[in-house]
Amino acid sequence: MAMAVVLVLLVVGSVLFHYLSPWYFTPIASNWGNIDDTVTLTFWVTGFVFVVVNLFMAWCVMRYRHGKVKAAHYEPENKKLEGWLIGLTTVGVVAMLAPGLVAWAKFVDVPKDAAVFEVVGRQWYFNYRFPGADGVLGTVDARFVSDTNPFGVNPDDPRGKDDVLVASPVLHLPMGKPVKAELRSIDVLHDFTVPQFRAKMNMVPGLVTYVWYTPTRAGTYDVFCEQLCGIAHYAMRGKVIVEEEGAFRAWLAGYPTFVQTSAQVAGDAAAGEPLYAVCGACHGPQGEGNPALNAPKLSGQGDWYLKRQLLHFKSGARGTHEKDVFGKMMAPMAATLADDAAVNNVVAYIRTLPDQPAPATVKGNAKSGHDSFENCGACHGADGRGIRAMNAPRLKGMSDWYLMTQLKNFRHGIRGAHKADIYGPQMASMAAMLHDDQVTADLVAYINTLK
Amino acid sequence: MTYVTHDESAFVPPFEVEEPELYHPKTFIGKYIWSQDAKVIAVQYSITAIAVGLVALVLSGIMRLQLGFPNVFSFITPSTYLQYVTMHGMIMVIYLLTALFLGGFGNYLIPLMVGARDMVFPYVNMVSYWVYLFAVLLLMASFFVPGGPTGAGWTLYPPQAILDGTPGASWGIILMLVSLAFFIIGFTMGGLNYVVTVLQARTRGMTMMRLPLTIWGIFMATILALLAFPALFVSAIMMTLDQTLGTSFFMPALVSKGQQLAYNGGSPILFQHLFWFFGHPEVYIVALPAFGIVSDLISVNARKNIFGYRMMVWAILAIGGLSFMVWAHHMYVSGMNPYFGFFFATTTLIIAVPTALKVYNWVLTLWRGDIHFTVPMLFAIGFVFTFINGGLTGLFLGNVPVDIPLSGTMFVVAHFHMVMAVSPILVVFGAIYHWYPKVTGRMLNDTMGKFHFWVTFIGTYAIYYPMHYLGFLGVPRRYYAMGTTVFIPESAQTLNEAITIAALIVGAVQVVFIYNLIWSYFNGKPSGPNPWRATTLEWQTPETPPKHGNFGPTLPAVYRWAYDYSVPGAAEDFIPQNQPPGKRTGGLEDKPDASELGPPGLATSGIPKPLGGHS
Amino acid sequence: MTTALLFLSAVMVIVVGWLVRKTINVAPWVEQRSMEIAGGDGALSLLPVQVGLGAFLAVATSLFALLISAYHMRMMEDDWTALVLPNVLWLNIVVLILASIAMQWTLVAARQGRMDNVRKGLIAGGVFSFAFLAGQLWAWRQLGASGHFTAADPAYAFFLLLTTMHGIHLLGGLWVWARTTVRAVRGAEIGKVRLSVELCTVYWHYLLLVWAVLFAVLLNAHQ
Ligand code: HEA
Ligand code: HEA
Ligand code: CUA
Ligand SMILES: [Cu+2]
Repeated sequence: MAMAVVLVLLVVGSVLFHYLSPWYFTPIASNWGNIDDTVTLTFWVTGFVFVVVNLFMAWCVMRYRHGKVKAAHYEPENKKLEGWLIGLTTVGVVAMLAPGLVAWAKFVDVPKDAAVFEVVGRQWYFNYRFPGADGVLGTVDARFVSDTNPFGVNPDDPRGKDDVLVASPVLHLPMGKPVKAELRSIDVLHDFTVPQFRAKMNMVPGLVTYVWYTPTRAGTYDVFCEQLCGIAHYAMRGKVIVEEEGAFRAWLAGYPTFVQTSAQVAGDAAAGEPLYAVCGACHGPQGEGNPALNAPKLSGQGDWYLKRQLLHFKSGARGTHEKDVFGKMMAPMAATLADDAAVNNVVAYIRTLPDQPAPATVKGNAKSGHDSFENCGACHGADGRGIRAMNAPRLKGMSDWYLMTQLKNFRHGIRGAHKADIYGPQMASMAAMLHDDQVTADLVAYINTLK
Repeated sequence: MTYVTHDESAFVPPFEVEEPELYHPKTFIGKYIWSQDAKVIAVQYSITAIAVGLVALVLSGIMRLQLGFPNVFSFITPSTYLQYVTMHGMIMVIYLLTALFLGGFGNYLIPLMVGARDMVFPYVNMVSYWVYLFAVLLLMASFFVPGGPTGAGWTLYPPQAILDGTPGASWGIILMLVSLAFFIIGFTMGGLNYVVTVLQARTRGMTMMRLPLTIWGIFMATILALLAFPALFVSAIMMTLDQTLGTSFFMPALVSKGQQLAYNGGSPILFQHLFWFFGHPEVYIVALPAFGIVSDLISVNARKNIFGYRMMVWAILAIGGLSFMVWAHHMYVSGMNPYFGFFFATTTLIIAVPTALKVYNWVLTLWRGDIHFTVPMLFAIGFVFTFINGGLTGLFLGNVPVDIPLSGTMFVVAHFHMVMAVSPILVVFGAIYHWYPKVTGRMLNDTMGKFHFWVTFIGTYAIYYPMHYLGFLGVPRRYYAMGTTVFIPESAQTLNEAITIAALIVGAVQVVFIYNLIWSYFNGKPSGPNPWRATTLEWQTPETPPKHGNFGPTLPAVYRWAYDYSVPGAAEDFIPQNQPPGKRTGGLEDKPDASELGPPGLATSGIPKPLGGHS
Repeated sequence: MTTALLFLSAVMVIVVGWLVRKTINVAPWVEQRSMEIAGGDGALSLLPVQVGLGAFLAVATSLFALLISAYHMRMMEDDWTALVLPNVLWLNIVVLILASIAMQWTLVAARQGRMDNVRKGLIAGGVFSFAFLAGQLWAWRQLGASGHFTAADPAYAFFLLLTTMHGIHLLGGLWVWARTTVRAVRGAEIGKVRLSVELCTVYWHYLLLVWAVLFAVLLNAHQ
């Protein structure tokens, strides 16, 4: 008896939940409406089976319970009945499969006029590459990948020279135009998923896979990596911004071509020296840092990182959050650097400064800090030396009190939240793992032990 | 191995050879530790499997804590989370379910149900368990090595599985792979036993079509396992070489953390093919025994023959055959040639037909039955309900375009928990309540049993049904934390909390079950030989629990199928398989007539001397 | 994958077909006196060990089939560079054939009850088998010595993998062979070794077949 009631309740409950729960597909933003239609159809068929079979079972359970019936009916088998059931099931299966295969046929053949672009997946961020004026992407190979050629574009391939390199996880797409994404990974398996687009595909090192869609709704959408790719899998995110053709063109124009990136002028240390005088006031003549003035050690930090941060301060991507007291002090200083050249020069000068490990000031239990560092080491290097390929700055031997404040800022959304700070969110979601100041102190204490 | 004299190696009617040389231990050690008695080995398997199962259960609790209440427990970091997920999945699928169904139930039930004295190769059978135990210990060891266990996900996909950046990429993964290799070796030893015993050691009159469906399920699952495990074995070895010797079977040219690695040209997709070539049959390896067992539970407690026995058998065969042709439905978004999608979507959905037939026949067995709501029956009905649900979500994933948005999300997790973590586990519980009396001679406590059932059944449904909708929403699996997103509403987190609470409750209630197992062993009420009034041979043994050799002086002769319940005109509502035709008295007391007895002149108690020729 | 799939579908067809033949058009619910049924129907007219060996061979075949299909898939990659098979392999396969012949001969002797020949044959078979293994090792040495192969080279790695897998199976066989030979030399009477000799012979022929196939695969991969 109880069983019958529960079964009925579960069936009814499930159906109600399906209709009442607020959790379902997010509104579609691509041409893949027929995927949604197939899903709906599948829901009808399977839902029907689910309700009918279970209610029938509930009825049997109640009607034929011991005591209510004297004895069970003896019937070894009933070919006819079984035949019918098999037939009906087959019909149901075909009803779901047929439209499915039709949709799939669409999925596998890309429209001729689809505009091609490339998504590069790597631990743990996305980058994009668009064909230049010639409209074709140059050849690539993991073997060409280096700090100066992060995309691994073949330097000898003329078609590659004008390719536009978007070294940012944020992608813009024109609305209403079919696009074909060629997917590539330079390290492990990844996946390029935009839930609102429905279609997705894995990125496999050594292969180029593809997926296509026509964005149909303007807006900003999350990009997820839905193939396990290591510790920061969950933090491997990007954004897609679907907008009008014009806006898209403007955005793309803002990014350098392959030739331009490789022709980056190295900064001139001599020219940087006078500029540094301003910085030295707080960070110290040797860039050794000064806790009293909340100025971190600069010497020995990766120049690429210093450059990025200076540009962030200049552009307001950093040092604008009202709670970021010291950031707000740094912003105007950075503003004194007129242009990129100035930034390059001052960074080049800092590079020449002697690098003494900063004194340890933070007290904490290095042993327990070690476990959390397992995660940091994945990007910053097991020895905290910093890895440019992962956009991860050096940690060891830098000002530990500064690490404390920055980790707190990341945790509380004071840093890394600004939408122009493209790699910030990743660090923010990582820092979320440090639940309180004690854990953070332990971690930093461990970093201090790194040689 | 048994060596047989010249003339005997010619054709021997099976009912004469199915007594292997039974080796009778005297010492305690010989009886319970280095035992060659399938029944003891079965218990050893079960206890080990349940023990690791509980470890995996605890891990699942920790995972749920993180998902439900992120950033509260400082010992759960992104890397430890992945390690828990991986170990949880692998332990549950391989070391718990596979071992419990085949090593545990297989060992206990096959000889008893086919009317044999023991497995045909008792010694090999014993070794099989010890190899399995060794594999388990290796796996557990990985919790204590530097870097901890692997966090590559139970699918262990290279390249990331063996690259720095995944937890346990140095020690953990190697231990995992080696442990799997040993598990497979151990299983193969056992598996050969099960197959050969079913084929060659059936007693007189036990035709294939008189076998209980339990045996059919285990038999087919074993065949699948024997043929599918080599795929895992091969890939495990190849990946071990990639990791240790730097071969590039699965490793393409790649750049890890800005470093160019020496690997070249290997194919990660190849690994996925090999893995799923094993992986999909694997899911039926844990499903088929459940199908078989549940058929018997339902039939016994509905006091009605299983509906459409023959169709049920053929459905098992069909599922077994088809399950080798659907593996790539796990790879729709893997980047393999997308045209495969057409083929695999079709084969995958075809499997729904035989499976559906089984579901119908279970329900039709209840129909016009005389249903006794014993605890095993409750679990059986619970299974049918959850399996329908889980199976139907399988059809979503099987239909290739529908899988695209859902793959890699919590929908998949919900699907396979409903169909694998809940359904077969419910059968495991039902089966334990059903056969515990035969194993120990005592009934499990009914009240505790009912409580355990209701919480587990309703609880698990509450865990996994809503989880599907997180998947629709787009919540990915294997995510340490959702973090901030543009579109996932706060309410999703609330749902996660609810799921976690349900999971913790269900997990905790398993303690009642364990307690019941122990308590009833000493205080349970004596069961007698056949508490469920069942027809199959294991309930007709002279002693309960059965002694070494199972059937006393002579093996039973079988006259009927396993499902003579409520036969019109019979005195009782069941007729044991070994009851000769003609007299319709039913019950247990009645003896096979002399003509049916085995070789005469054997002691009436204890085990007969093995027939001549076994040296 | 196709190789493995073909093999497995074949096995499945056989198994399923056989079982269906056993089960079709019986009405199991009709009771019958067991004596009217050939004792435990469906049992093959073989000893358990023999069936066991058969089942094991199926498992082993699945293993090798998968290895071969993996090999084929890997060959497709463009970085594939054929490796020159050392000629000693030709000698090896001859030796393995001899081993098989020796075992066959032993079996005949056993059937005729000629114990002395059984001993000779067993020993000969064993010697040839060890010679084969030695030859395989020699082939490794040659390849290793030739220097221009690293573990990262797929063809080389596969060669090592395939030969090792086959070698391990042969070693397993040699263990049973050793037990049998010891018993034979200790002068056990024929009945005690006959079955083992039978099993060994079957196994040796099987391994010869496997190696022949593997060798062929390796060869035509390197044309
Ligand atoms: C016991 C284990 C088990 C069982 C039985 C099944 C059964 C099925 N599974 Fe599932 N599956 C898993 C365990 C299992 N699965 C696991 C562990 C994974 C994830 C692995 C990982 O990635 O970690 C998985 C993943 C998985 C995927 C990959 C998803 C992805 O990663 O993208 C797919 C896709 O096709 C799939 C399909 C199916 C189908 C079609 C069935 C069918 O056999 C279901 C058939 C049953 C029914 C259909 C219900 C009964 C039928 C009726 C009541 C009548 C039906 C009537 C009509 C259709 C009209 N499963
Ligand atoms: C049989 C297999 C099985 C079982 C029983 C379970 C049981 C549970 N699983 Fe598990 N799970 C997997 C197989 C299983 N799981 C697999 C294969 C994965 C994928 C791993 C990967 O992605 O790599 C996974 C992943 C997985 C995830 C996804 C993590 C992620 O992707 O981020 C989650 C999250 O909620 C989860 C939760 C649970 C919970 C709460 C339980 C249970 O606690 C629910 C309640 C169930 C019971 C209470 C029954 C428990 C009984 C036993 C465990 C046997 C013990 C023995 C006795 C007591 C006799 N599991
Ligand atoms: Cu990249 Cu997950
Ligand atoms: Cu599957």
